[in-house]
Amino acid sequence: MANSRFLYVTYIRTTPEKLWQALTTPEFNRAYWFGTWQDSTWQAGASWKLLFSDGRLGDSGEVLEADRPRRLVLKWRNEFRPELHAEGYSRCTFEIEAAGEVVKLTVTHEIDRPQSAFIEAVSGGWPKILSSLKSLLETGMPLDRPGA
Amino acid sequence: MSMDAVFKALADPVRRQLLDRLRRRNGQTLGELCRGQDMSRQAVSKHLLLLEAANLVATQKSGREKRHFLNPVPIQEIADRWIGKYERPRLRALADLKRKLEDDGNR
Repeated sequence: MANSRFLYVTYIRTTPEKLWQALTTPEFNRAYWFGTWQDSTWQAGASWKLLFSDGRLGDSGEVLEADRPRRLVLKWRNEFRPELHAEGYSRCTFEIEAAGEVVKLTVTHEIDRPQSAFIEAVSGGWPKILSSLKSLLETGMPLDRPGA
Repeated sequence: MSMDAVFKALADPVRRQLLDRLRRRNGQTLGELCRGQDMSRQAVSKHLLLLEAANLVATQKSGREKRHFLNPVPIQEIADRWIGKYERPRLRALADLKRKLEDDGNR
């Protein structure tokens, strides 16, 4: 394969609309995404940013597709590590499907180059973020706070 | 997704080896995963279905091919259930130490 790709799947007891809100609302983001949050109007063509809690820019890009509450595609580039920034834009796709009483969330993150250091770097973070997101939606408690 | 399914799937050495192969190279087809295996295609396929049912493997169709991806999210959920946030750095340090000592022993 000429590209690098990760595909993550989690099943969450929630609704597609609530999951969409959790993915696109800054207050939700901060609770499960290591304190970071995203800034965007979530329309196709809109700019997209991932910001650290202190306001530094982590990653940036553009909303490629937004079909609420089913599908969100982001053009995504690292902005804080020069060697990862140099790899250019990746593509991150969120697919939300209702499956009975649960919702299936599929996150695909890929870049058009083999052995990408960027994909390797984000691959370690996604399982933690998704596990915390699931906990937040199912129990009201994210995993990365004391007492959770 | 039940935790029983995850533990059952992980209880088999052949299935753990399939996960190791996907960790080394993600996105392989059934044909690629069968290569070098002393097992029928049907047997490998059955193991992969069990891993998929436990959500440890996620699949994606591209054209006529079905590619398999290691999905570590359920393992993360198990870790999150029993391992506290503040224990993680210590456990990681211990795991790194164990790996280093064992690597040195193998030289």
